[in-house]
Amino acid sequence: MKPAPSRSRKRLGGNLWRYLIIRFLLIFPTIFILVTLVFVLMRTTGDPITAALGDRLSADQLAERIAAAGYDRPIFVQYFEYLGQVFTGDFGTTLSDNRPVIEVLFVYGAATLELAFYALVVAFAVGVPLGMVAAYFRDKVPDAFLRVFAIIFYAVPVYFAGMLMKLVFSVWLKVLPVSGRGTTNTELEMQLLEGKTGIYLWDALRIGDPGILGDVLSHAVLPGLTLGLLTAGIFLRLVRTNVIGTLATDYVDAARSRGVSEYQLVRKHAYRPALIPIITVMGLQIALLLGGAVLTETTFEWKGLGFQLTEYLQARDFVAVQGIVVLLAVIVAVTNFIVDVIAVLIDPRVRY
Amino acid sequence: MVTITQTTTQGPGPARKQGRWRRLPVVHQLHQSVGIQRGMLVAGLVLTALFVLAAIFAPLIAPYGFSQLRDEDGAFGAQQPPSPEHLFGTTVGGYDVLSRVIWGTQTGLGVIVVAVLLSIFAGVALGLVSGYFGGWLDRVLVVICDAIYAFPTLLLAIVMSIAISGGQSSLWGGILAAAISITVVFIPQYFRVIRAETVRIKSEAYVESAKVVGTSNLRIMFRHVLRNATRTLPLIFTLNASEAILTLAGLGFLGFGIEPTSAAEWGVDLKAALSDVSSGIWWTSIPPGLAILLTVLGVTLVGESLNDLADPRLRGRRAVSAASGTVAETSVVPGGTLSAGPGGLAGLENEGRP
Repeated sequence: MKPAPSRSRKRLGGNLWRYLIIRFLLIFPTIFILVTLVFVLMRTTGDPITAALGDRLSADQLAERIAAAGYDRPIFVQYFEYLGQVFTGDFGTTLSDNRPVIEVLFVYGAATLELAFYALVVAFAVGVPLGMVAAYFRDKVPDAFLRVFAIIFYAVPVYFAGMLMKLVFSVWLKVLPVSGRGTTNTELEMQLLEGKTGIYLWDALRIGDPGILGDVLSHAVLPGLTLGLLTAGIFLRLVRTNVIGTLATDYVDAARSRGVSEYQLVRKHAYRPALIPIITVMGLQIALLLGGAVLTETTFEWKGLGFQLTEYLQARDFVAVQGIVVLLAVIVAVTNFIVDVIAVLIDPRVRY
Repeated sequence: MVTITQTTTQGPGPARKQGRWRRLPVVHQLHQSVGIQRGMLVAGLVLTALFVLAAIFAPLIAPYGFSQLRDEDGAFGAQQPPSPEHLFGTTVGGYDVLSRVIWGTQTGLGVIVVAVLLSIFAGVALGLVSGYFGGWLDRVLVVICDAIYAFPTLLLAIVMSIAISGGQSSLWGGILAAAISITVVFIPQYFRVIRAETVRIKSEAYVESAKVVGTSNLRIMFRHVLRNATRTLPLIFTLNASEAILTLAGLGFLGFGIEPTSAAEWGVDLKAALSDVSSGIWWTSIPPGLAILLTVLGVTLVGESLNDLADPRLRGRRAVSAASGTVAETSVVPGGTLSAGPGGLAGLENEGRP
């Protein structure tokens, strides 16, 4: 049943540092495979310049641009060159607006990071307690209700949830802004700020104007809730299943026989050990969160990586798309590494 | 160890005529379930049946064609509010919303069928070979599948659909592009599950004895291993079906969908409806959105119930839960989560309790 732990792990015999180093080195093949996959797939349809500008330039102009960019060379040469460039952090230049891809990544990555942060806050605040409640009332009405709630939040496409929220809170109730990350005034202040991070919440705190801070937060409510509730549904299910699992173990029975209340059993005895698998699976959720972020950003015109990805997709600017996808692959691989490290630090048994 | 799982995996044993249909995957679980779980399973089955029926009878139910812009009374007009002629109004492009929602079931069903069939065949074959023979091929495949598995499905699907169609799609081109994109995402999931099962079954006594009597590898793989490794497939199937719908709609929403003139697709309709929302036009977005929601909800409810019923700890009787093993031993999808595949959690849990 065990899906074959990697061999290296078995030989470790509990040496933490060796485990960490080997786990760290495993990041590289993962990134390498994804970069290769993306590169090969993107090139099967032809070169990026024809895709982006094919209907706007004449055949001669196209050939000239292709030669200038080196896309007429053998694909292997291009591949190794691309690998070398990615390794040094050079992702090329976008075709549609002529910006270095790396700059695009930094500018818009900050916005995506901010959105992911809000979403995680919502997911933890909503998902974890409700999951414990569901486990506590297992197979009773609150549990059934919460599970259906969790499934609905899994089943609803994030963009549809976002559109519904917009409809209710922005159009009908008129209490929250429809889209964007701030009013024009706020955006202007952000641009003028010295040493801006691109994370509006942080920048707004530094400006110190409560009006701007309020504006930034009010723009963040709907996107954060939309993406957060999707993730909360998953957290809820995870916490519920794992807490129920630990509630069935012998030591919980022992505690129960000593007269510990059911509430304390869930809260103290079952919750902590259940955290380890939860943290591991949360590492896998980062991929889902990023996918959701792409859709949420498009829905709310939240100018992050996802929004920009859609724009570049529409423009068939595959150099930019490739850069963004590769960056996201790196983020996923690194997050999984960090999650594994946390799991090891919490639970020595994982080390093997 | 766990009696329940064995009842579903019985090989060709003594023929028990009566009640044979009760052992069919979903029927069996329906009988097994009680209370709320049965309610969830039935609700899921009803929603799924409605979806399939709507797809089959779409030409009869839908008042207009999916790309119809006018009838004998003239053009429909754009963004018309709901009226007796158009129950859910018309879209920005001037199509009838209700008709496109109904026709959309066909596109969805087509994608599910193609995607799931392709990925089952590819994933099962790879998992079987990889797990049975082991060696370097196994290791390479595991690393590749793990890398793909960790990647956001939607992004991979986008890259795939660029590779397949350059992003522009006709009806079958679009369905195939979406289906193949989704297939690539799903293969690792089937691969992991079947591989893990194969590795486990490979060391069972009956496989060894088959080897001793000189049975060929091919025959062992298909007759002895595959037959016993497939118990988890109905569950992954339901999980993937819902993910297929969401990925298809996601692609459509990001502008990689099927042209509105060649087929009806909910994600594309929602993308077109995005700007309507700001001006308070609700009828173009809510019907297709609800269609996605209900379809995914139906399929997920079925999958969720199957998962719980396959896991004695979650089946809802205290007495059973006390006697059964840990999650990793019994759960089909460890942790019972939709996205957690059998690598992450099972690996951890098992390592803790060898």
